[in-house]
Amino acid sequence: MTVAPVFMPARRHRRLGSLMRHLRSPVAVTSLIVVGLALGATLAPGLLAPHDPAEQSLLARLAPPSFLGGPEGHFLGTDQLGRDILSRIIYGARATLLISIAAVVISCSIGTTVGLVAGYNGGRTDALVLRLIDMQLAFPVILLVIAVVAVVGSSVLTLIVVLGISGWPQFARIVRAAVISVREMEYVEAARAIGAPAMRVIFRHIGPNVLSATIVFATYELSRMILIEATLSFLGLGIQPPTPTWGGMISEGQKYISLAWAASVFPGIAIASTILAINMLGDVLRDALDPRLSGEDGR
Amino acid sequence: MTEGLLEIRDLSKTYTVSQSLITRRKQVLRAVDGVSFSLKRGETLALVGESGCGKSTTARLAMRLIEPSAGTVRFDGSDIGALRGSPLRRFRRHMQIIFQDPFASLNPGMTVWQTLEEPLIVNDLGNQATRRARIHEVMQQVGLAPEYAGRYPHEFSGGQRQRIGIARALIVRPQLVVCDEPVSALDVSIQAQVINLLGDLQAQLGLSYLFISHDLAVVKHIADRVAVMYLGKIIETAPKRDFFASPRHPYSRALLSAIPQPNPRERLNRMALSGEIPNPINLPQGCRFHPRCPFAVDRCRKEEPTLTDVGADKAVACHRVDDLPDWEGSPDPLDILSPAGRRRVAAYAARTRPQLPTTNSSQDVSEV
Repeated sequence: MTVAPVFMPARRHRRLGSLMRHLRSPVAVTSLIVVGLALGATLAPGLLAPHDPAEQSLLARLAPPSFLGGPEGHFLGTDQLGRDILSRIIYGARATLLISIAAVVISCSIGTTVGLVAGYNGGRTDALVLRLIDMQLAFPVILLVIAVVAVVGSSVLTLIVVLGISGWPQFARIVRAAVISVREMEYVEAARAIGAPAMRVIFRHIGPNVLSATIVFATYELSRMILIEATLSFLGLGIQPPTPTWGGMISEGQKYISLAWAASVFPGIAIASTILAINMLGDVLRDALDPRLSGEDGR
Repeated sequence: MTEGLLEIRDLSKTYTVSQSLITRRKQVLRAVDGVSFSLKRGETLALVGESGCGKSTTARLAMRLIEPSAGTVRFDGSDIGALRGSPLRRFRRHMQIIFQDPFASLNPGMTVWQTLEEPLIVNDLGNQATRRARIHEVMQQVGLAPEYAGRYPHEFSGGQRQRIGIARALIVRPQLVVCDEPVSALDVSIQAQVINLLGDLQAQLGLSYLFISHDLAVVKHIADRVAVMYLGKIIETAPKRDFFASPRHPYSRALLSAIPQPNPRERLNRMALSGEIPNPINLPQGCRFHPRCPFAVDRCRKEEPTLTDVGADKAVACHRVDDLPDWEGSPDPLDILSPAGRRRVAAYAARTRPQLPTTNSSQDVSEV
């Protein structure tokens, strides 16, 4: 056999290149900066924060932000105990993000596995899983968490476990639906026809075409978890003071909102912008993961 | 009688359908009902019929992509119904399939290279260097430039995608290829190219085709033998020439007379069928074609005809096969053309046939 010149495709490179291209848009860059700041605050708050978040100064309580005439050194003002709001927001990112990311990882792993199994096998397994999903979705998450926290008490671990378990049905539903639509595709049949084992069919042909939907959903779910965690802290069921959390800061600050709006507004802005940035990144990721949308490619 | 490459005996597939939520009455849908045929090495057998008559199901049963409810499939002398697990997977490379929809048959996340490499990896064929050469060779065989290997399916046209699908099927050097409506999703101009490509590859590689189609014009071009299916049963088989010259079963005649005639001056000799195709859950008693058959008599309503040999390699399932009037048919469209017109058609056919490269040339052959 003659071996003609061979053209090896640079495939990984191309997929990565497509992601990089998408990440260069202004929206993506802004989102990346916001998420990066939040992650930086989670990992090393001490490097970013100007003050100790627990340091009280009762003489400088409820001060307005320094750029609005407040005292020097407190860029976003102080709360009802004179603690620096900027530093508390930075330290508050840790509890909030740790809980939400861990909860999403848990619910995503459970949900994806259950969804893959239910979607690929169908039949009784599928029916059983669907009933389980319906049962859990009929139960409000907040109520579930309140019940659990009331029984075992509130800690980071409890919150992670409860939120993680509360989120799996949505993942399972999305993955199941995606698997069912992909399972009937002719390329899956073709893979079986060439003798590919079931595991290879699931992981090479079904998995990757389901993965992008899952990853994108995970980013939306992450922002929902942040919101739930903030809600719980706001209700006093989340992480207990004095550990700063964004929801807890809003809750404490709202009592003084007529005197000092800064104490509750800035944590609110932190939550809103983080969620927005994560959702934007989710969109970018969705476009980048779909080869059909990654366009151009050296025609 | 020598055994063919593929021998199908009494193959059936039934599905249970629960009709009503309340009574939970189970009903049986006979998708394929006792189909038998044999396919010789190097031959093209066309399976034709309306949509929903069980053509594709029959092909997938033959490939064991669906488990049959009853019947046997013998391939190259061995019963493949007994295969399980990894022997079944190892067998699969001998029988490959080309799909109808080139947009659904390629994994959108895999490059052409990955798509073509997978069958070699799964079947543990060759090492990296020989795989590379083989992918290269197959791409040239189907008229794709090897430079395109790094591209994703969405970067190709429908005809090119179908070529990729053909390459995937051929790369493991199968003996039999099931073509499941391989051109019905393509533009007419591309259809001719793909059909010619399939014909050339068959001549070059000695392939056998089980060719599923509802398009009799395509069948006329590529088939050696024709089997007509109606509601899960084969009702007539015949060599292509005989089938198109004198179809025996009334349903085959109806199918043939439904081919559009290009010549407006030609008197239409249509045999239009009345009524709808019956529900396969509630099959009529007797011959399943009798509600729509203009020649039906009492016997047809009571007794189901079997596929009977009528000589000259032909078989028909009809009680009245000897009483039917002669088939007048319609002339071959080529016969009514002037000599000049015929030359034009021939020139067009030659032009649409892609040039196949000789084995050791590496020039770009894809102008598509």
